[in-house]
This record gives sequence, structure tokens and C-alpha cells, in this order.
Amino acid sequence: MKPAAFTYARPADWNAALALLGEGARPVAGGQSLGPMLNLRLALPEAVADLRHLPGYAGVELAGEVVRIGAGTTHAAIEDGAVPGRLGEILASVARRIAYRPVRNRGTIGGSFAHADPAADWVAVLPAFPGHAVLLGPQGERRVPLAGFVLGVFETALRADELLRAIELPVLPQATRWGHWKFCRKPGEFSKATACLLAVPGAAPRAVLAALDAAPLVLADAAALRAAPAAEAARLVATLGLEDPWRASLARVALRHAAEAAA
Amino acid sequence: MTAPRSGHGVGASLRRKEDARFLLGRGRYVGDIRPAGTLEVAFLRSPVAHARLLGVTKPAGAEQRVFVAADLPEIGPIRANSALPGFRVSEQPALAQGKLRHVGEVIAACVAPSRAEAEDLVAACELDYAALPVVSDMLAARAPGAPLIHEHWPDNAFLETRRDEDLSDLDAVAAAKVVRRLRTARQSMAPIEGRGVLAEWDPRLEQLVVTTATQQPHVTKTGLAECLGLDEGQIRVVSPDVGGGFGYKAILLAEELACAALAMRLGRPVRWLEDRLEQLTANANCREHHYEVTAWADAGGKLLGVEVNATVDAGAYSAYPFSACLEAAQIGSIFPGPYTLPRFRFHTVSACTNKPPILPYRGVARTGVCYAMETTLDALARQLKLPPEQVRQANLVPPEAMPYRNLVGKVFDSGDYPEALRRAVAAVDVAGIRARQAAGEAVGFGLAVFCEQGAHGTSVYHGWGIPFVPGFEQAQARFTPDGVLEIRTGVHSHGQGLETTLAQVAHQILGVDPARVRVVHGDTALTPYSTGTWGSRAMVMAGGAVAEACTQLGERALAIGAALLQAPRAACVLRDGAVHAGEAKVTLDQVARTWFRSPQNLPADVDRGGLEVTAGYRPDPDTGTHSYAAHAVVAKVDTETGCVTLESYVIVEDGGTLVNPMIVDGQVLGGTAQGIGTALYEEMPFDSEGQPLAGTLADYLLPGATEVPDIRIDHMETPSPWTRFGQKGIGESGAIGPPAAILNAINDALAGRGAEVLDLPATPARVLAAIERALA
Repeated sequence: MKPAAFTYARPADWNAALALLGEGARPVAGGQSLGPMLNLRLALPEAVADLRHLPGYAGVELAGEVVRIGAGTTHAAIEDGAVPGRLGEILASVARRIAYRPVRNRGTIGGSFAHADPAADWVAVLPAFPGHAVLLGPQGERRVPLAGFVLGVFETALRADELLRAIELPVLPQATRWGHWKFCRKPGEFSKATACLLAVPGAAPRAVLAALDAAPLVLADAAALRAAPAAEAARLVATLGLEDPWRASLARVALRHAAEAAA
Repeated sequence: MTAPRSGHGVGASLRRKEDARFLLGRGRYVGDIRPAGTLEVAFLRSPVAHARLLGVTKPAGAEQRVFVAADLPEIGPIRANSALPGFRVSEQPALAQGKLRHVGEVIAACVAPSRAEAEDLVAACELDYAALPVVSDMLAARAPGAPLIHEHWPDNAFLETRRDEDLSDLDAVAAAKVVRRLRTARQSMAPIEGRGVLAEWDPRLEQLVVTTATQQPHVTKTGLAECLGLDEGQIRVVSPDVGGGFGYKAILLAEELACAALAMRLGRPVRWLEDRLEQLTANANCREHHYEVTAWADAGGKLLGVEVNATVDAGAYSAYPFSACLEAAQIGSIFPGPYTLPRFRFHTVSACTNKPPILPYRGVARTGVCYAMETTLDALARQLKLPPEQVRQANLVPPEAMPYRNLVGKVFDSGDYPEALRRAVAAVDVAGIRARQAAGEAVGFGLAVFCEQGAHGTSVYHGWGIPFVPGFEQAQARFTPDGVLEIRTGVHSHGQGLETTLAQVAHQILGVDPARVRVVHGDTALTPYSTGTWGSRAMVMAGGAVAEACTQLGERALAIGAALLQAPRAACVLRDGAVHAGEAKVTLDQVARTWFRSPQNLPADVDRGGLEVTAGYRPDPDTGTHSYAAHAVVAKVDTETGCVTLESYVIVEDGGTLVNPMIVDGQVLGGTAQGIGTALYEEMPFDSEGQPLAGTLADYLLPGATEVPDIRIDHMETPSPWTRFGQKGIGESGAIGPPAAILNAINDALAGRGAEVLDLPATPARVLAAIERALA
């Protein structure tokens, strides 16, 4: 379990990072997914570009009604309150349950989202928010709605020459309701079902069901689920055609618990 | 000699002497030892479960750094025979020859200055093979026409054992009859430290020095000598700090043989450190049993008879030294458990499959046997509508029958089994659970009662005829010139705390402060030959040997001390580390100094053996001690997710005289955590092609701190009449009971829904499937 040889580069600025990408380098942030894949030789990149030292890669900025979270912000920073207000409370509650603290100390929100493991926590949660992923490519920045970023298993809207630079989320009113439930038999296990529901006053509630071994299911209007959690969870999961009855039951339970918690 | 007054002797919860180095990260493991010039080894392993091996193409330019079987003809095959009639011995080549018989089998050794470069060589090797049909299941292995794993065998069985007794009349007379088919999963033993080997050739001593993480350094030396054709004097095995054994490190490894041969061939140190992928997939090697149990009982729950057909998936080869049949062939003799079973019929099979060779994991066959017996008793209780404890009380061996010889010849030394059960039941609010059940809650109460034979010796093992038979355990006790007491023992301590408990035994006899007792173990050059640490034997056998050696050493010290005191020997006593004659005394330090540095003061008739004694010990009889326990569990089942929560866990345990109760608690707690793993979490699934499917600890779930409940332990202490201090082997007990007790609690919780979980582990998916089957 030692990686095959690769060259390692630590780009000093974003242009250098994009240039390395153009040469085929694999970007790495906290390395909590790519590290084991390298050790198991499941990933065999010729070059790795370590993004952690890019200016502005980590950190949270408030600009008007938008909170911009640098892609390199660690789960631990979010857990410890790097994001202010009601939004920060919600994100901290998610971050707190990601694997173990040593993983959270190094793992990043952007690295996890861009890796797009279907069982990952941010993959299951961010699509519920009316915000954007900020992508940086040779032509500059572009914004992709969070609900449209993860396209499939390990598949995202990122083009081969683009990096995920930041996550932009709206400031949330204190009255925002939130429900989140995931199934792990022990800390650190990959989730077998995750669901969340976000109800911002004055807007349609949004929900996500994830860890389905597929792209997350995003409900842009989860009013029916919020009104009748059990029945609607059962109806929604039935439409997914899950083969494993246990996983289907977990998905129903996840949706129901998330909706009930956000009631 | 009189017992010490210090409170540090037998029975004291003395803090562990070895913990200072472990807690400060100063333990020294194979992975910490890397002499200059060391070459690292990575192994090319079989990617398939069954194939003809046609050839390995070595990477161009690296032909001298890749070694296949033909390159190392000096390594003979591993043969772990058994003298049991009908046993078929497998020839296990250290490096595969002709056939590949399980995923992970070693094919070639690649050496390089670093492990990463060695893995590069592995990746660059081209393997040519022709796939063969795979036997991935132990029951399918026995089906007519199954592909043969060892082609000169008539079928895929290492061994079958039987006890015939006609039970056909029981149907007519029994008030209850239950039949159960049960399965336990294949597990990967998972000590924190994996295996590791460092082999060096010492040209001065013309000696191969193998530093390896083993529980049995002397047995490994013998095995290395046999397979390498060396004299035993040409081999020294060092087992440094070892991060957990559990049976995983009670084996002669193909990797040890390969590293040894390479070190001799290359003249440089050669090291291999097992990684987690190898540990999980190449060595998924224990616990996989299948049972068909039929039990008949009268209306009071008294067993009238039991029939068992058991199959153990023994994998592709017979592992050295414990052989492929240790588990299955024991099932017949241990199935009656702590009960007075009147009639019994069994048939066992050690099935050969395309999986890694089975090893005896903590608890050995008992974990599966206890699971089968105890869940069957609960099934009887449900059918008879009797409380589960009542059915057990109707069958347990009563204390007045001790020592008790059961119908298959096992002899239980001492104990009050019914009392252990009574205490366990009393520690749980059973009425409260019944009330919650009546309110519809899926909560349940589960019991397991079992005994653990430990420290069984010559009289038991000569019948097995495996590569070693334990005899007299020896220990050496000697003073250094400054009065430090050195204890040298051939057993190995890898979590058992023997550096403390053997010092306590020495202190009990000689009164030397435990801080001045140095326990030396883990080096064949420094310690008497021993079969090592396994089978819950160390405290009984090595403890007895240390006591004997210290007693003899004390006699010699007493004679010298008496001379120094100018007192008749009969007037002297050894107490608290000194020889006393009335008010006068001379310390053992002074005695030691006299022998080594002032011999002019010795009496003329001094024992010329000096202050160094090697003594042997074996209990009489040596059929083994029987510790026993009752586990009582309260479990709650989430009927939507299938998750099981352990609300309460009680253990009433009798290990005879406890040399160090704190260490015993640690043994029981650690074993119980492993038993919880067997019950609820651990499983290495194999697909139909014999591929192991869990390659990381994210897939192979081990219980962690958050999965193990607070466990309440209540000790009984019934001394064994056969051992030096009344102590009994107790190292494995914790790992035996949990699957039975937990599954009984789960099935009690689900009984109202008509559901029953039969296969281990009781994963959420299995629990939910059982509930859905009941609804269907």
C-alpha cells in the first residue's frame, strides 16, 4: 500500500495551478480520499498538484448576503464555527459528523465536493442550498448551481481544465429550519443513506437524498415531504427502484427523519 | 517461604510494568527495526482463487530482484499434519508452485530498497495463469463433482469426525424438538499491528536471526528449521513487542520462510511488513462455521439429546502448527459445553476451499459452538414457553458434581455454573424488559453460558498429533550480581501483561519487589523452549513454572543466607526479599552479591548451580482448566434500519484465582469487544469467484469505542484444584459468549414479530431481512 511514483508540485498561484492541470496533474486538497486511493494504487496520476497553499484557497468571506467559503476550508474549521450565523450553525452540525476529527482536520469542503463520492457528506448536503459552486478555468470563473454540480458517481460539472475555487451560500435567517440524518453504523463508515431538508422562511423547502450509489436526488420543492414525511418518503423512494430492500428502508427513514427534524 | 505482605503478589491489581513504554509510544515492534542496508519485500500475490500457475515474467532488468519458487528451492513446503485418523495433509509451498489455491497466496518476492519500489516491481510482473473453477463455499466444497483443490484427494475435506449414537427414539418422547441451520461469517483477525518479519544472516555466529511478530518464537524456529533444512542452533527467533496476537500470529508464515531464504541468499537484512490490504484480503482466515443442530428436550427443558452436523471452512491449506482440523475436530468434544448432555451424535467436516487457511482465533471453535448451542437452547425455551435461564438451569453441571467428566470425556475441574447464571440474570431487569416487550418495544434479553478449556497439555495434544505437543513448561529464574531477579520464559506477552503477572508470581515466592523483577521473553536465544502463548495457557503454565523455578532458587538463596547469618538453615525463613533468622536478616541482594562477588563467604556445601534455576512445570492432570462465564445482554432492535443497540452487558466470570484482577478485566473486556465484532460487525464476504470483497477498514467494520457498551464484570473465584495457585486460563473467554448472547437478545426482541436471525454477523441488512421474511 505505497503509491506508485508521481511528481508533486505545490503551485504558488492560481494560474500556476491551472497550468499544472493543463499538463494533466491531479489536484489534491486535504488528501483524505486521494491519499488512500494513491496508496491502494487505485489512482495512478503522473503528477499531483497540491492546492493547499494557493492564496485564498481556505477561508470564509462575507460579501453582502453571500457567504463565500474557500474550497480549501477544512471540515474542522467549519465545525469550529468559521461560517457565521444560522448558516454556520447548520454547516457546523454537518461537519461535526464527518468521519473522525483527524480526517476533518485535513479534509476540505471543496475537495470532498469535487471528489463527488456519492456517500460523502457535502455531496449530500450542499445541493439543498440555493447557492453556487465557483469554478475557475483558463477563461476565468463561472458559477454552477450547487444542485447541478454533482452529476453522478465521482462525476461533476468540472471540466478537465477547471478547479473548484469556492462555495457560495446565502446568509440564512435565524428562523431557517434544518433537518439532517445519515446512517452510519460507526463513525467513519461511509454513509448508507443521507437526507437533509432546508426550509428557509418565504421559500419552498428543498431536500436532498444521497448515498444512493448515484447522483443525489434533489427536491427543489419539498413541501409535500415536509407536510407528510412518512408517506412522501415512501412514495419518493419507491420511484427510485432501489434493488436492496435494506437500502430502500434506510432511504425512507433518512428522508422521514430529515423532514421531521425540519418540521 | 511465606506469602509477601506487600500486596504485590498473586491476587493484586498491580499496575502493568510494561505500560510505561506502551503509553509513551516507546514500544519496539518489527516495524521499528530497520538495520542499515535493509531490503524491503513486497509480494506478488494471487489475484485469483483457483488457477494453474503457468509462469511469472519478471520485469526486464529486475530479474535478480524478483524471486519465484524455482529461484528458492531451498525452501521446503509447509506441512502441518495431524495424527487424527483420516487427516489429509496439504503441501503448502512458501511460493506458489503449479497451482494457485486462494486469493492472496504468495507467488513471488520482490526486493528493493523501499517498499514502494518493491511494489513497483510487483506491479511490473506479468502473471500467466489458467483459471480453474472455484470452490468458494464450504457446503459447495462437499457437493458431488465439486472441483478438487488438492487433486490427489478424493474430495475437499481435510478431515471428518463422527460420534454415532442412535437418537431416532427421541422424536417420540421429547416435549420439544428444534432444528436450526446456522452460519458464522469468515473474519479477518485484526490486531492493530499486522505481521512483520525481518531476517538477517549473522556470519559470525553462522546464524539466521528472524525478528518476527509471533506468539510462538520457539515453534517458529522449529518450523523454519524444518522447512529450510537448517539445524535449530542456526536459527534465532526474536519476537519483540507485538501489537496483538489473538491467534493471527500463531503460525509459521510463508513470508517468514521467503524472507529468511532471501536474507541468506542476498547477505543483507530483508524485511516485510504486512499492510492492511494484505491483512484483510490475503488473511481472511477464521471463524467460518456452518451448523445443523437438532435438539430434543423434555417439558422442563432438560436436554434429551443433541445431533450436530458441523462444517468448518478450513481454507486451502493446513496452517502450521495448528493444522486445518483444530476447529472442526474440536466441535464434537466441546459442543456439550457446560451442560450434562445425556445423548449426543455428531459429524464434523474440515472443508477445503479456495480461501486462506483457517487459523484459530481467540476462542477458537468455542465461539461458533457456543453460538450454535446457546441459540438452540433459546429456540427450545421459546418452543416450551420457558424462561431461557430455566432451560439452562435444567442442564448445567451442578457444583457438587465437580470435577465432572462429561459424555465425551471432557473433565471440568471446578466451579459453580448455576450460580454464575443466577448472578447474571439477577443483574438485569428482566421484568422491565418483559414489560417493554408487552408494550410493543423491540427489546430483548439474551444469555450465553459456556466454559473455556485452557492450558490443556500433553494428554490432550498428543492425540491431535499436530507439529508440536506442549509438555513441561520451563522457566528460568536467576539473580544478577546486584540482586535483580531475572525471569526468563518461552511464552510471549503481546497484551496479556505477563511482564507484570509473572513478576507478581516471582514476588509471591521470593518477595523481591516487582520493580526489581525483570521478565525476559520473546527471544529463543535467551529463553527456555516453549510452545508459546496460545490456548489461554501462559498464566497457568508459565506462572506455574516461574513459581517452581523461584521456589528452587529460594532454597539456594536460603542456604547461602543461613550461612551468612551463621544460623542453622532450619531456623531461617525467606520473607519479603530477605533471609531471616530471628531478628537478624540478610537481603537477597546481599545473597546475590555474595555468590557473584564475594564467593569466599559462601558455605563449603553451597549448591554449585548457583543462583540460576531452570525448572519445569505441568499441572496434574494436565487436561486443562475450565473457566466459565455467563453473559447477559439487553439489546434493542430498530425495526426500520435493522440496527442493534446494546443497552446492557453483564458478564459473570470465574477464572479461578485471579493473579491480577485488573488484567483479567482487561482480557475480558478486549475479548468481549472482539465478540461484539463477531456478533454484529465483522465479515469478509467472498464472491462466487472466491474474491474477498472488503479491502479496507471502511468496508470491514470493527467495533470501536463507540460500539462497545459499558460492560459490567462480576468475578467468582473458584480455584482450580490442579494448578499452582488455583488460577485458570481465561484469555479467550470474552470472545466466546457475545455472539450467542447478543443474537439471543436480538431474537428475543424479534420473537413477538416471529422473526429470527440465524447467521452472523447480525448486520442491519440481515436483521431487516429476517423481519421481512416473518412478514411475508
